[in-house]
Amino acid sequence: MPRLVSHPDEVKIVTRRFGMGASKIDRYLELDGYASARKALAEGSDWIINEMKASGLRGRGGAGFPTGMKWSFVPKQSAKPKYVLVNGDESEPGTCKDHLIFLHDPHAVIEGTIIAGLAIGAKMGFIYLRGEYRYLIENVERAVAEAYERGFLGRNIFGSETEFQVIVQSGAGAYEVGEESALMESLEGKRGVPRIKPPFPAVVGLYGGPTVINNAETIATVPHVLAMGGAAYAAVGSERNGGTRLFGLSGHIARPGVYELPMGYSLRKMIYEVGGGVRGGRKLKAVVPGGSSTPVLLPEEIDIGMDFDQVGKAGSMLGSGGVVVIDDQTCMVEFALRTIKFYQHESCGWCIPCREGTDWLKKSLTRFHAGFGTEKDIDNIQYLAENMMGRTFCPLGDAAAMPTLGFVKKFRKEFEDHLHGKPCPYAHHPEVELV
Amino acid sequence: MADVTFTVDGKKLTAPAGTLLIEACRKAGIEIPAFCYYPGLSLQAACRMCVVRQEKVPKLQTACTTPVAEGQVFITDSPEIAQARKATLQLLLGNHPLDCPVCDAGGECELQDMTFKYGAGESLYAEAKQHREEQQWSPVVYFDRPRCILCYRCVRMCGEGMDVWALGIQNRGVSAVIAPNGGDHLDCEQCGMCIDVCPVGALTSGTYRYKSRPWEMNHVSTVCTHCGDGCKVTLGVRRADDGMEIVRADNRDKSGINGDFLCAKGRFGFDFVHAKDRLTRPLVRNAAGVLEPTTWEKAIRLVAQKFGEAVQAGDGQIGVIGSPRITNEENYLLQKFARTVLRTQHIDHERTADYPTFSRMLAGAEDRAASHREIAAAPAILVLGGNPTEEHPLLAWSLRTNFRLNHARLYLANTQSIRLERQARQALRIPDYDALVRFLAGEDAAMAHVAGAAEFREALLAEESLVVVAGAEYRGASLAALMRWGLCRTGVKFALLSDFANARGAADMGIYPDLLPGYLPLTGDQPLHGEYAGMPASSGLDMTAMVEAATTGVLKALYVVGSDPVSALGVAEGALRRSFVVVEDCFLTATAAQADVVLPAASLYEKTGTVTSCYGDIQMVRKAADVAGVKPDFEIVVRLAGAMGVDVRKLVPFGQSTGVRADMGQSRGAQAGEADRHAVWLTANGLEPRLSPFDPLATLDEVERLVPSYRLDRLNLFAGNETASAPGAGFVPLDSLLGRKDGVVATHPGLFRSGELGRQTETLQKLQAYQEGFHSAAAAD
Repeated sequence: MPRLVSHPDEVKIVTRRFGMGASKIDRYLELDGYASARKALAEGSDWIINEMKASGLRGRGGAGFPTGMKWSFVPKQSAKPKYVLVNGDESEPGTCKDHLIFLHDPHAVIEGTIIAGLAIGAKMGFIYLRGEYRYLIENVERAVAEAYERGFLGRNIFGSETEFQVIVQSGAGAYEVGEESALMESLEGKRGVPRIKPPFPAVVGLYGGPTVINNAETIATVPHVLAMGGAAYAAVGSERNGGTRLFGLSGHIARPGVYELPMGYSLRKMIYEVGGGVRGGRKLKAVVPGGSSTPVLLPEEIDIGMDFDQVGKAGSMLGSGGVVVIDDQTCMVEFALRTIKFYQHESCGWCIPCREGTDWLKKSLTRFHAGFGTEKDIDNIQYLAENMMGRTFCPLGDAAAMPTLGFVKKFRKEFEDHLHGKPCPYAHHPEVELV
Repeated sequence: MADVTFTVDGKKLTAPAGTLLIEACRKAGIEIPAFCYYPGLSLQAACRMCVVRQEKVPKLQTACTTPVAEGQVFITDSPEIAQARKATLQLLLGNHPLDCPVCDAGGECELQDMTFKYGAGESLYAEAKQHREEQQWSPVVYFDRPRCILCYRCVRMCGEGMDVWALGIQNRGVSAVIAPNGGDHLDCEQCGMCIDVCPVGALTSGTYRYKSRPWEMNHVSTVCTHCGDGCKVTLGVRRADDGMEIVRADNRDKSGINGDFLCAKGRFGFDFVHAKDRLTRPLVRNAAGVLEPTTWEKAIRLVAQKFGEAVQAGDGQIGVIGSPRITNEENYLLQKFARTVLRTQHIDHERTADYPTFSRMLAGAEDRAASHREIAAAPAILVLGGNPTEEHPLLAWSLRTNFRLNHARLYLANTQSIRLERQARQALRIPDYDALVRFLAGEDAAMAHVAGAAEFREALLAEESLVVVAGAEYRGASLAALMRWGLCRTGVKFALLSDFANARGAADMGIYPDLLPGYLPLTGDQPLHGEYAGMPASSGLDMTAMVEAATTGVLKALYVVGSDPVSALGVAEGALRRSFVVVEDCFLTATAAQADVVLPAASLYEKTGTVTSCYGDIQMVRKAADVAGVKPDFEIVVRLAGAMGVDVRKLVPFGQSTGVRADMGQSRGAQAGEADRHAVWLTANGLEPRLSPFDPLATLDEVERLVPSYRLDRLNLFAGNETASAPGAGFVPLDSLLGRKDGVVATHPGLFRSGELGRQTETLQKLQAYQEGFHSAAAAD
């Protein structure tokens, strides 16, 4: 089990039960487990949605869509069954928060799923785990079995007339399936390729039924929101960004790990205080603030609060909360190459700009980093990324293009330093192998 | 849906709400480029070529997935959009092999056209291209992976359109690849639709690849010669040593009743035209009893002399067998020649459906015959008997498409399980076809033990409008009973399936021993009797009896045109020795092998005229190929008549010019090729004089005058469209069919079989063996 980290600035809401053996149901119940679900069952759908709206909770998957509003879009009446989907296809490099939730607190996910089901009137929920998390499946499935045993799941949950079932499903190893409609395709047993929208999942989702799909962290937060009250949860965070967030600090940082910090927490403090600064006392060169798809920030750009709006204003995105710290001995061309390698590998291939663009960029960057680049290549890399942006079928194309553009624009000099057959002038970290 | 008004590039457009923007724009003449969008197939939004700017929407939108709504404002032509399209092309061309100089699609490639238009002329790609070897998936389908742009048209066409689902996508990202169901080969219907819809040269045809450039060919739109469905096929022809050779067949001209569709036979079944065994010189049996080549003049003279002698001996001395494969004009002329020149009533053809009963039932009933287009758009269809997927591929396609796009209700009743059941609302397995009719008519006991029969009948009775498509299983009394049931109800229309390209036409033209053109009886007061003054008025022998009579020498001569009764009836070798046998055919059939004179005939792809599909759609066939030495049956008959000393003007009304100057093609370059609009207009308006007795269209006036169901819309017909025959306009006296033997023998052609023609088509033989290989292997497992 990975070592848990801690810092005094943390506000432990979602991580409250981490490291306390709460993956076992008895312990979970001792720690007030399933109280929120019981309350939700008693109070009903409108109350749940109102509390969620009041909490200001925004989707933790990356897009930051208000959860309460998402749930309210699901039609009350539906000829087809409604579904709750938990997106546990956590695959973005730099992001490692859901992993801990499934490990330490799987019942919070189950409880949140039940509450979401009660909110939208669904009788069935699916917890979809990324294929590479198959070692966590046993833990989650055991938790689901416990919940069934206690009658928290099944035909009559908590002894009521209400039915709710949960199925755990593993993916087959595709980043693309983190996209909600691709996840539904995968869950239905098809190729993990996104669907045309509209219709949106709230209207036509899994098996054609109205579907709410939320990130695992969002769902795990739900019981806590109901326990402490929506307004109280909102008060923890910054304006229009309710609550806390699990930030995964990684890269060249002294104390890497997942920290639960209030929304709007200073990025500078996060790096230098919570994370203990750049490893080995080196200088900061750049920060990727929200997972590998978000544009890089320079050291002079880190005086911002980490919430959706402030990071957006700084020209990047809060994304999935994966903060990657890059020190001054890193080659940014190599970093760009490593990033695009991931997207090239993960592109589903459905649409032309993403399929061809990621591959082209990978090839160009590989050649460029090896010292065979030309001045024109730098412009071409930028041109390709610019022409992928906003043109692809799903956001994966943007996710590949955005950081690439950031690297070229902010570190053009480093690209130029690779010209004229020069070997990469930037040292590698022996302890952090990037390629 | 109500119409909405929206703005595209400053132009106000109106379309029904929910119309896809790409369709609305195309109708208004605004071009939106697309690779993956294909009308009638599911939406993909994958190629990103159709992006447009929608007001108040931050990202560019794909026109193929945007339904129009009131007040929307779009821009489809701006520097931003041009750049987006150019960039998409640049991305596509990056890994594209650019082997256009040797690519089959070069010259008719959508990627080329778009590159030309959107100007991704300078390559930015400096990386290594991914090369993969070309793969052969079947005798007729090749896949060149580097050329593939992954538009998924082939996958959808095969799955959604054909319901075969033999193609899929493997791997992901840049490794994504179209893959066949057999791993490295295709086990399917080999229709080649995947090749047809491929916008580039990724899927190529085994019969065409590396043979020609598109611009070297003339493209002749004609009608397929194989089955009775009447698909329009475009033949690519090119000059060859001995005339014009057919290099490929496809459905480039999508205006036909088949729309996008063409099956394996239509697409790949043309090589019989240039087959090694094709007859190109007349053969005459010499003193040694061996068939030896001779000249047309000698052969014609010999036949004329022998026929003349037979006629001298009295009426009814010669048997004439017509063909369900030759044109209406030829069949009409043949029976007129038989009745008025050869003075015989012994005339028949290989019958594959009981059209006399069909026409008698419909005579006088207004609007009760269903054309193919009506079937393709009908809300409810009842298909009885047959197996359309194999025997009538176009019908199966149209039913599937109608089901898929219009939610048509398909009802099937069959003695066996057929593939179309997958689209059927109800499929009834019945013990026999007569019982079904009795059951429909209310006799419950007829189907007492058939599960679901009551629901089936109830559903049929609830349909306000129904097309009944009957297989050849229905004939004579059972067909009459079925149609009586339907005619009692409003909104029921009929079609009767038959085999061969012009089976319906041969029947309509009176190739019967007891019926004249238009199914008129031999006796009575009809205009025909005046025209055919002095013809024998008693019923003649049918095909079986004729062959029998020829065997015994009762018939002095047998004249067989485009038919092989020896094979069909299993006649012994040498059995026809006592009669003078003349065979006109493309190949040395079993009948021809017994003949005294064999005349090499032109196939349907080498002549002009009209044919009638089994749904009654009358269509033009146009001369595409040219094989030196052969002659169309029309010309042969006229020459025979001439040699017999007959005034051919009485047979073919030609040269009756009204003083209009003849345009012999000078004004249009006199080329074989695509429809010449000027010629079409002249012909349709009767302004082009028929200068030659060999011009089959010269008989069309007479056909129209004498066959009431042939009211031809000339301009439409000559422009290449179909015109529906109207059996309701006919008058068939009831007594003429009483006690009549229908003589129907269905041939049940398969996907790659079509009688002698199929046997002579090497590609179809190959495909038959290839697919049989799978099924025998599967049976062995």
